[in-house]
Amino acid sequence: MTETPILEIRGLSKAFGPVKALSDVQFELKRGEIHALCGENGAGKSTLMNMIAGVLQPDRGEILIDGTSVSIPSPAAAQRLGVALVHQEIALCQDATVAENIYMAAINARRAPLMNFQKLYADAQKVMDLLAPIPVRTKVADLSISSQQLVEIAKALTLDCKVLMLDEPTAALTENEAQRLFAIVRGLRDRGISVVYISHRMAEIFSLCDRVTVFRDGHYVATDPIAKSSPDDVVRKMVGREITQLYPDKLAQEPGHKLLSVEGLSDGDRFSGVNLELRAGEILGIGGLIGAGRSEIAQSICGLRPVMSGTVALDRQSLRISSYSDAVKAGLVYLSEDRKGSGVFLDMSIAANVSALDLGKLTGSLGLLDRKAEDNQATDLTRRLGVRMAGIDAKVSTLSGGNQQKVAIAKQLSIDPKVIIMDEPTRGIDVGAKVEIHRLLRQLAAKGTGIVVISSELPELIGLCDRVIVVREGRIAGELGADALGEEAIIMLASGVQNSSNQEKQAQNVT
Amino acid sequence: MHAEIKAPDTAGRINFARLASMREAGLIVIILALCIAMSFASPHFLTWGNFRAMLMSFSIEGIVVVGMTILLIVGGIDLSVGSVVCFSMVVSGALFLAGLDPWTASLIGIGTSALIGAAMGFFVTVVGLNHFITSLAAMVIVRGLCLVITKGTPLSLFSLPPEFKAIGQGSLHGLPYVIIIFVVVVAIFDFLLRRATAFRKVFYTGSNEKAAQFSGIKTKQVKFWVTVLCSTLAGLAGVIYMARFGAATPTFGAGMELNIIAAAVIGGASLNGGSGTIFGAILGMALLSVVTSSLILLDVSVYWQDMIKGCILLAAVSIDHFLHRKKS
Repeated sequence: MTETPILEIRGLSKAFGPVKALSDVQFELKRGEIHALCGENGAGKSTLMNMIAGVLQPDRGEILIDGTSVSIPSPAAAQRLGVALVHQEIALCQDATVAENIYMAAINARRAPLMNFQKLYADAQKVMDLLAPIPVRTKVADLSISSQQLVEIAKALTLDCKVLMLDEPTAALTENEAQRLFAIVRGLRDRGISVVYISHRMAEIFSLCDRVTVFRDGHYVATDPIAKSSPDDVVRKMVGREITQLYPDKLAQEPGHKLLSVEGLSDGDRFSGVNLELRAGEILGIGGLIGAGRSEIAQSICGLRPVMSGTVALDRQSLRISSYSDAVKAGLVYLSEDRKGSGVFLDMSIAANVSALDLGKLTGSLGLLDRKAEDNQATDLTRRLGVRMAGIDAKVSTLSGGNQQKVAIAKQLSIDPKVIIMDEPTRGIDVGAKVEIHRLLRQLAAKGTGIVVISSELPELIGLCDRVIVVREGRIAGELGADALGEEAIIMLASGVQNSSNQEKQAQNVT
Repeated sequence: MHAEIKAPDTAGRINFARLASMREAGLIVIILALCIAMSFASPHFLTWGNFRAMLMSFSIEGIVVVGMTILLIVGGIDLSVGSVVCFSMVVSGALFLAGLDPWTASLIGIGTSALIGAAMGFFVTVVGLNHFITSLAAMVIVRGLCLVITKGTPLSLFSLPPEFKAIGQGSLHGLPYVIIIFVVVVAIFDFLLRRATAFRKVFYTGSNEKAAQFSGIKTKQVKFWVTVLCSTLAGLAGVIYMARFGAATPTFGAGMELNIIAAAVIGGASLNGGSGTIFGAILGMALLSVVTSSLILLDVSVYWQDMIKGCILLAAVSIDHFLHRKKS
């Protein structure tokens, strides 16, 4: 196909106040290709997407669709031009049904005064079934985050678009759901739809996409055919320097004494009979599908959810935990997977965020907060973690995702914890910050802090952890030591494709 | 590689600092401008008598504004404050008439107001209703109680001892006790809100309740006690009103809640929780008071007053919204 590209960007610039988000960038999307757009957070990918989708207006430059220069003053205008964007953040009406959400645009454009719910549900189910068997009469609020993400994608599929832009569509999806999504994206390509695909995951980009364009610091760097590129190559272009080693070295010697041991933990609902053990120096990974009960187990260990039976011992001392503040006092903390929802206080200062976990330490005899101590603590910890910020008085909302996460971790470190359970510690943050956080976790582990990492990203589990346990349907499906760690092994345990006798053997190894 | 992150941080920070100080500085400028304009328009405006009257008029309500602002910061709201002010007044008055000494009667009045707050706190934190509906119900129920206690007629309390009436009517070297109490309450809570650990938890809870729970903060306790505090301060205001008027009227304070919420919001409190200052809220109250006073001195019909106050509220919130939108 040597015809004009379906979408072309020429010399586009956009500034927010004094900050240049994009300077003079170019981009070209051919008809019927899947084109990956890579760059660290803040590189300008989302800004570009938002301009193509009519959310933002460029300061300078041209957008050409089908060879014709167009102006896109609103999202509705983008839709009319056949451009659809699936945002990274979920923007659904939580109290409406899945079907109503999927056909929101169509309902909005309808002339008839009454709704035809029968047809609506039938049509919506057809679209939804392409992705996952989610009943379309369910309220969106009752769905998990990953299911909501799928609804968001289904919504875009109903628009009759020529260009589909997906902004990190798999950030909240499990491996299986992601695979299904890839199949659909390929199907769309074969029907002549052109796809812009934003992702941080190299594996996805290299299995799915035809070409890749890299942005850095608001500038265009390069466009290459996937076949002539490599993940290392792309990462190097993204960060502008060699990342020699993506993951820090693993533990060389035998792990030390028992830091955390959990026996027979059940909540009578989501999980039962959970045993696990963490030793000093090692990083323990917890894998499994989203919804398998990993977060619930972690939250129950820390007293954030009720427990029916089972024991938790920290440093060989049995713990009686009835609330999270008990766990914090004992030195056991949990880092939430939902950074913005429950990890940080976005509109509060960095210093206030860091001190939230243990105010008692910073409180004088009169019940007054010692501001100086608070500032010192925040200064120390943010320096140690390398938080890039204007100052500790800046609001957390002014930071990039990776730096917000560092603030959340600084909060955990403020109490000198014995064990930190981290739920998806690097979700949605850029490669550079990810590497830094991984290094930090390894340093902490080496200094004797127990680290448990829950992750849906297989490379992270394999690259970072010394040992991984896999959870399936609320039970420990198996454990993989350093020698057995591999993507296939984890997926098999997580999805239960292995034959059952084998699994039981592995389960016994754990107990 | 992270140079690009640094830049927006700096810009953002300057804007935030500017915005935060702008709100209060802006209010002061507007109030001063109004005062200067009024001093030309009316010879009576720039007199100690007029200022004293203005201060008196918002001092007692100002005590209620303190509680409301803290409640707004935690993400709640209380529509029942007007009824609770009246309830405290009526209960204290009725107990006094029944033979109790006025000081004990007042303490019981304030105590029962706190109990109303505790009841609302129970429904909000244990039953799980929202503040709006709970306090709307309380507003009506408590107003009903006032009418039941007084059988619908005002209680005449001319027999209150002069040393009690002095709270509302007397002054120290020309400075009314009412204003002194108001300044003390404002100073104490403004200081605590900025410095006390307990009140820091109020900001955490209002800013992001889930994150506060995930930081080991017992957010339900925080919300409960702030609800109690708001009602208690309303009760205190009620007792001062009783001393000032020497009467307890069962319909007193109707509509007061709206004035108070308006003042807090003009002063920068957000209905979404997490932000607000007592100083700002008091400035909001002062602005409304200066406007009211000006309208009276300019001989504007009282019928116009509510309309103009409503427009000021709308303008303040719109400006705020505009600034926040620009920022993001």
